Amino acid sequence: MDHQRRDTLKAGGGLGVFGLLVAAGVIKPELAQAAWNAQAFEARSLEAAFGALGAGKPAASDGVLITSPDIAENGAVVPVGVVSNIPGTEYIAIMVEKNPYMLAASFIIPEGTVAELQTRVKMSQTSDVHALVKANGKFYTSRKEVKVTLGGCGG
Amino acid sequence: MANPIRIRAAARDGVTEVRVLMSHVMETGQRKDASGAVIPAHFITELTVRHNDRVVLSAEFGPSVSANPYLAFKFNGGAKGDRVEVSWIDNKGDTRSDEVQIA
Repeated sequence: MDHQRRDTLKAGGGLGVFGLLVAAGVIKPELAQAAWNAQAFEARSLEAAFGALGAGKPAASDGVLITSPDIAENGAVVPVGVVSNIPGTEYIAIMVEKNPYMLAASFIIPEGTVAELQTRVKMSQTSDVHALVKANGKFYTSRKEVKVTLGGCGG
Repeated sequence: MANPIRIRAAARDGVTEVRVLMSHVMETGQRKDASGAVIPAHFITELTVRHNDRVVLSAEFGPSVSANPYLAFKFNGGAKGDRVEVSWIDNKGDTRSDEVQIA
């Protein structure tokens, strides 16, 4: 019989194991909250997604460049690249405005990592693709329209 | 257990370029199968890239990322033989972690 485990669970009480770990200082609260940002990823509008990311109303900026084809033949695989020329860029997010859930991916850029990345996203239809950048605590954004011949989200 | 992550890491002029190809269905939860039942969402939610145990990129994905996600980025530093490790976790709790040496 594992008595130690029982005692640990008892001590945890209603807190749950995770709460217990936080209380015991094993996991810092910041870390506990660092989990997947469901609120942002489930946002149905651009404003809601910006809000959930704490971006408010980001300023449009020429320093944020989106590289993607003007016309994507296959909406299931659309190459999207983002380059931020804004010094101190610490965060980049990619959004597809007309997808059911518009936030596609977000990236935390630690110091020493270049603020330039490429990935591939799905697009249900022709839409603006938005890039959101956080640099020195401020948010910037830019957009680019991508025309989709064949949507990539439906059945 | 998911299929291995394919990773390429090459150092050049003091910058390491990393290219990652993950093997994952990235099911959105929007699609229906032939009988009309919704296919449950199944996608990578978090991704971490480490260079010798130092995090050089952390990402959160939604279902809008394409199946078999591709990612390319660069970080300063990195020398031939250094370790680059990529790990992900999906919304069902599956995980996968692989590493390569910088070429």
